[in-house]
Amino acid sequence: MAKIKKEKEYRVHLMVCAGTACVSNHSFEIKEALETEIKKQDLDNEVLIVTTGCNGFCERGPLLVVQPGNIFYQTLTTKDIPHLVEEHFLKGRPVEKLMYIPPEEKTPIPVLSDIDFFKKQVLIALRNRGLIDPEKIDEYIARDGYKAMAKALTSMSPSDIRSEIQKSGLRGRGGGGFPTGLKWEFVSNAVSSNGNVKYLVCNGDEGDPGAFMDRSILEADPHSVIEGMVIGAKAINATQGYAYVRNEYPLALNRLYKALDDAREYGLLGKNILGSGMDFDIKIVRGAGAFICGEETALLSSIEGRLGEPKPRPPYPAEKGLWGCPTLINNVETWANIAPIINRGAKWYSHIGTETSKGTKVFSLVGKINNTGLVEVPMGITLREIIYDIGGGIPGGREFKAVQTGGPSGGCIPKEKIDLPIDYESLSDAGSMMGSGGMVVMDEDTCMVDVARYFLSFTQDESCGKCTPCREGTKAMLDILTRITKGEGTDEDLTLLEELAVSIKDSALCGLGKTAPNPVLTTMKYFRSEYEAHIRDKKCPAHTCRDLNVYTIDEDICVNTGHGCDLCRRNCASDAILGERNQPHQIIQDKCTKCGVCYDVCKFGAVKVD
Amino acid sequence: MNPEKISQILANYETDQSSIISILQDIQEALGYLPKEAILQVSREMNIPLSRVLSLATFFNAFSLEPKGKHPIHVCLGTACHVRGAQLVLEKLERELNIKSGETTEDKEFSLDEVHCVGCCGLAPVVMIGEDVYGKISQAKVPGVLKKYKEGRRKEEKDAKTHT
Repeated sequence: MAKIKKEKEYRVHLMVCAGTACVSNHSFEIKEALETEIKKQDLDNEVLIVTTGCNGFCERGPLLVVQPGNIFYQTLTTKDIPHLVEEHFLKGRPVEKLMYIPPEEKTPIPVLSDIDFFKKQVLIALRNRGLIDPEKIDEYIARDGYKAMAKALTSMSPSDIRSEIQKSGLRGRGGGGFPTGLKWEFVSNAVSSNGNVKYLVCNGDEGDPGAFMDRSILEADPHSVIEGMVIGAKAINATQGYAYVRNEYPLALNRLYKALDDAREYGLLGKNILGSGMDFDIKIVRGAGAFICGEETALLSSIEGRLGEPKPRPPYPAEKGLWGCPTLINNVETWANIAPIINRGAKWYSHIGTETSKGTKVFSLVGKINNTGLVEVPMGITLREIIYDIGGGIPGGREFKAVQTGGPSGGCIPKEKIDLPIDYESLSDAGSMMGSGGMVVMDEDTCMVDVARYFLSFTQDESCGKCTPCREGTKAMLDILTRITKGEGTDEDLTLLEELAVSIKDSALCGLGKTAPNPVLTTMKYFRSEYEAHIRDKKCPAHTCRDLNVYTIDEDICVNTGHGCDLCRRNCASDAILGERNQPHQIIQDKCTKCGVCYDVCKFGAVKVD
Repeated sequence: MNPEKISQILANYETDQSSIISILQDIQEALGYLPKEAILQVSREMNIPLSRVLSLATFFNAFSLEPKGKHPIHVCLGTACHVRGAQLVLEKLERELNIKSGETTEDKEFSLDEVHCVGCCGLAPVVMIGEDVYGKISQAKVPGVLKKYKEGRRKEEKDAKTHT
């Protein structure tokens, strides 16, 4: 560690978010504009610009946090920068108009920690988010990084480490929720068929649509995962680790490659780590875009260079994993929790959360919600707190309908259960599951039959095809659901769907198939009336299933309010609208393809859908 | 297709058969698809049966056996994008380009594909054209976005004409 250099000191640090959403929102252009402007004002000896990982408040990107002071600037454009630099960093007057104003309020909130989105969050896995440059190992070390690893390697025995993790109550964050310490114990006790070889794997094949927790952890704090893995390696006596990361995450991959190189250079990875005599290294394997590879046995097959198809369990990877050797496989977020537990102790960790679910969970809060982003909350928090206090409620004054958790394996939880405290058990009792942490909010305009059909088409597409129940069964279910959304369903279809769902759950080979019916079962349980409306009345109450929609134009509104603006006719791709400026417009139903573009473009609400 | 390029990629890896997926990924990245000759060469040089290489190349979504358009378009159909109307955007693109999802336009300018989540759900619905990300897109915005790439082409053609 002798290599840590004394860094130059700066008066102000500008933390520019460089998570994927902010980068897509041109945060690097903001950074360049800041650099130019700071140079122009001759402040480059006083102000340092730092690019950080995902801040979490993706909805408001591009983001900038000013330290000290924790001043939060949002939705920046390059045009804002000259004024901002002059006012705040030269004259010391923070710029109110670039600060966050909560929906339906008028006063801006300057300080990040005073904003509701951040207030209720408890950061353990995301402890360093937005505070360090993820590409600088010194910054990680300065925030107690690798301290837990040093403690584990020099003053704890493998069984001490395992028992600490067991006592903490940490459970797998990838979906299953298996007690982490117990898994470590199994791998430690397993006898390797190949000398003493045991492997350790980090599962970063985050495939759930609407979930980006692992991506953000790897992008914002890659060393936290590496540190966890080295501690795990000591606990089970492994010498080789693998980090399996989706190839669709280029930024996460690049930061992890760099972090591994830096850790090796500092002697924190490789031979004789910290002089403890322990050897351990990590190799990155890039996923090739198959959802099924998130399933552990399929993931291991793909590391071996084979098709990503699952195998029956038992034997579990803990007994026979990579190349037949005992293998410990944990998810990115689980690994990121290890170092704080070792540092602060199992007792501290187990005080957070509920009886059966300890610690915190990272969720990606997306869909019909005001504050889209990444949040880390203590287990036991209610859905209401997440959706209204942190998420800021539903946009456009719409009514909350349901929240979908657990991705394609999970289910939809209706608004009646909004006060449900979240933990592994409560979610599975409600018919859903924790899953990896995707949380998709739905409002009155979301059709629950369509959502079920959407998830089934996803699992159908991603089914590897090895076992019949999943390959054929999900296809049969999808056909029925598609029929229902087209208004061609019958009452018997509902019984058939239920029968298929139960038999697939019982007989599929792996988790993907076993859980694929969940979105259908929960929506049928909580939103049966919507299925019935599609089947009996041939109507989609949310107007999402377009085959059932009829578009018409209210001629009064069209002429009197909109003066026949003609926008609908010009946008219609199928020439289905008749009319000219200042005249009432009309839709020819025979020609209408129900694409809904007229409804979207009409500024006067003259286009009606029924 | 350049056999030396494939050999170079192969040389970056150990002969160990577990590297096969990484090798195919590198080829896909370098050439934009996996040409038949490349698959044959990998099978031959790594001594892996052709059937196995082909089964990997068709199993994983990352691989394509056909070349893609100059501007590959990816429409995100992740859950957040789905509930915010991504399907409508996809259909609008199909109509505008006159191709179906999974196809390439005749002039090889655009190809259209669906992806399951690009991980910027805050910007839903999202469309990627090449490396450019278009967030909060709607059907009505599609023609304007495409125009930029079509104009780019017209400009190139015009430049070419003035140069000759």
